[in-house]
Amino acid sequence: MRHTMKMELGEWQAAGNAHAPEHTGIPLAIEARGLVKSFDGFTAVDGVDLSVPEGVIYGVLGPNGAGKTTTLRMLLGIIEPDAGYRRILGSEHPHKVAHRIGYLPEERGLYPAMKAYEAIAYVGALRGLPLDLGRKRGRELLEEHGLGYAADRQIRQLSKGMAQQVQLLATLVHEPRLVIFDEPFSGLDALNQGKLEKMMRALAERGTTVIFSTHVIAHAERLCDSVAIIAGGKVPFAGPVDVARDRIRAQVRLETRARDGLWRGAIPADARHERKADGSAFWLFPLPESGVEPLLRALIEGEAGILSLSIERAGLHDAFVAIAGEAAARALEDTPEEIRR
Amino acid sequence: MNAQNNSADHTSGRLSTWAAAMVIARRDFTAILFSRSFFFFLLGPLFPVIVGMAAGSVGHKFESNIAQVRLGVAMNAGDAKALLSAQDRLEPKLGAAAPDMVAVGRTGSADADNPAKLLNEQHGNVAAIVSGTLSHPVLTGTADQIDAWQGPVSLIAAEAKNGGPKDFPSVTLSAIATSNASDRQDRAHTAQAGQMLLFLLTMMLAGMVLSNLVEEKANKIIEVLAAAIPMEAVFYGKLFAMLAVSFVGISVWGTLFGGLAIAGGHSLGDFATPAIGWPSFIGLGIAYFAMAYLLLGSVFLTIGSMATTVREVQTLSMPVSMSQLMVFFFATYATAVPGSTLSTVAEVVPFSSPFAMLSRAAQDSSITPHLLAIGWQMVWVAVFVHFGSGLFRSRVMKSGPQGRKMKKAKKGALQAA
Repeated sequence: MRHTMKMELGEWQAAGNAHAPEHTGIPLAIEARGLVKSFDGFTAVDGVDLSVPEGVIYGVLGPNGAGKTTTLRMLLGIIEPDAGYRRILGSEHPHKVAHRIGYLPEERGLYPAMKAYEAIAYVGALRGLPLDLGRKRGRELLEEHGLGYAADRQIRQLSKGMAQQVQLLATLVHEPRLVIFDEPFSGLDALNQGKLEKMMRALAERGTTVIFSTHVIAHAERLCDSVAIIAGGKVPFAGPVDVARDRIRAQVRLETRARDGLWRGAIPADARHERKADGSAFWLFPLPESGVEPLLRALIEGEAGILSLSIERAGLHDAFVAIAGEAAARALEDTPEEIRR
Repeated sequence: MNAQNNSADHTSGRLSTWAAAMVIARRDFTAILFSRSFFFFLLGPLFPVIVGMAAGSVGHKFESNIAQVRLGVAMNAGDAKALLSAQDRLEPKLGAAAPDMVAVGRTGSADADNPAKLLNEQHGNVAAIVSGTLSHPVLTGTADQIDAWQGPVSLIAAEAKNGGPKDFPSVTLSAIATSNASDRQDRAHTAQAGQMLLFLLTMMLAGMVLSNLVEEKANKIIEVLAAAIPMEAVFYGKLFAMLAVSFVGISVWGTLFGGLAIAGGHSLGDFATPAIGWPSFIGLGIAYFAMAYLLLGSVFLTIGSMATTVREVQTLSMPVSMSQLMVFFFATYATAVPGSTLSTVAEVVPFSSPFAMLSRAAQDSSITPHLLAIGWQMVWVAVFVHFGSGLFRSRVMKSGPQGRKMKKAKKGALQAA
């Protein structure tokens, strides 16, 4: 259902929406339903639903141009949705809870003439932290993260990576309950990517909700409890990482001594099949919907001679490619001809 | 993160729009005040003054050379001598009306018989030739010159011939400070001077806000600001910071030029006292400058915020300056006819209101209209800031690639998938 104007929660529910906010008992840091945003006639976000429980690490995954940044900006109140409903830390007005939120935008930037600790204090002040306290915490944070020597240097005198770390610390100086990172790993070397992952885990351990967008699935797989996959402005999947993986059926790798027999009926007809020189056979096929037990029984009773059998679960990357690919294909079908051209 | 753990006793609190604006204003104000370019900003008004003084000096020299107009005398020796002596005698009584005379030829010479030719051949500032005799002087020159000099020449010739009037009654002088008509005229001059000063300061300073958000966009910090505080607070903060900077500039220039004026023997007494009195007039002048600045600034800030580069801002500055001029001319024209519908319109239209109301303060003593006008102008500042920040958020804060680029990105993403 496409909504043409913003709605409050009551109105949203009264409108009989199928995606009314769920009440699972776990407090939600973010809930959004049916967010829509268009720019110059182009729909960048088309009915996004999100439910992010408090205290988790949540990934927003999607290819470039999928609508991740627009979604995050709507959640933060940087831009207003054309339609839909959002609630962040219990408020429908993001700026009212801005002092409890930290945000690292994709396009990083600080005032070049500011000293590092002042830049941290300034971002804190924007979030309601008194300047003096911000300055003190700024110095402490820099010291703690091995950048104490740069505290009095101007941002323009720092390397790009160091400036990025300063901005990251500025995002956290006021001790937010919810932190939103937009593509936080881009521009960081492997060492600093590892540090950032560690920092995210530490934040979550203290009960801070961490949301980050990325198109690099490996980070999400290592860090996230749950993910939302955005493609073509829609969310084809949102839920725990395990559930996302389960969207792709596991692969069975089987090696048998015998090449043929009654047991062949338990193996899908389109399974990849390879005969080896020693007379054995190799099979690769998706795990049947009936599970592994009937397969095993058939193999044993049919005397297939099992040499090896392994079940390989799909990775998040495979799940992402499959889910985003399907969604993108659907979006392509819905895309007007002039845009496709 | 010890900093996070050991400070649980002091958490951040929600900022009001006003408090958020002050955070922005404080940063901007100190950043501008302690930048090297602020020194040049303070020197700014000196350049037109120096150029003006140099041009004035050259102009004065030129004018003084041109202004020393002389009359050439081409008569016989006796008449010429008598005429020049009479001119010397009458000069103290005629003052500036007395021409400077010089003998240029004598009757009988070929030149003197043809004064037009003689005039063309003269170098220096001989503007007309007096020839003929004392009984029948002939004045040759351009129409405006002979119009201007025929009276004095006639008088001097009469003095040379007959000794002229023998009795010059003394005139008793009785000067009064002012008259009703003169008072109104003088106050109108004070009003014009106030308007002009207000315009010059606004013109000089309001344009600065055009490029104000370019820094944030270039440094990519705008999104950090927009996520943390309402965009209205960003706009208000920037406007107040620039207003404070302009007050610093005005204080410095006021002290400097005021000191020079006092040293030169000038004072406010050179102008007619405004109807509302000098203290209130100065107070209202400051208030109206602030309002004119905020009104124009809020619009300029919006226009400038749409620009993405300094070059675009420079392109915008010309129409913006022209629009300021138009507002000023409208206000000046309208207030030249006090009490008319046009002057009321000028007082009500937000952009011209500060100029028109300052003029009113010079000519009308009631204070209530000013309080209403300042309130009215503040409402419009709020309207412009609200509209401008909304426009900024909807037009500028688009994410990722925009327009055609966005379509390309979408197409690319779809194809990749």
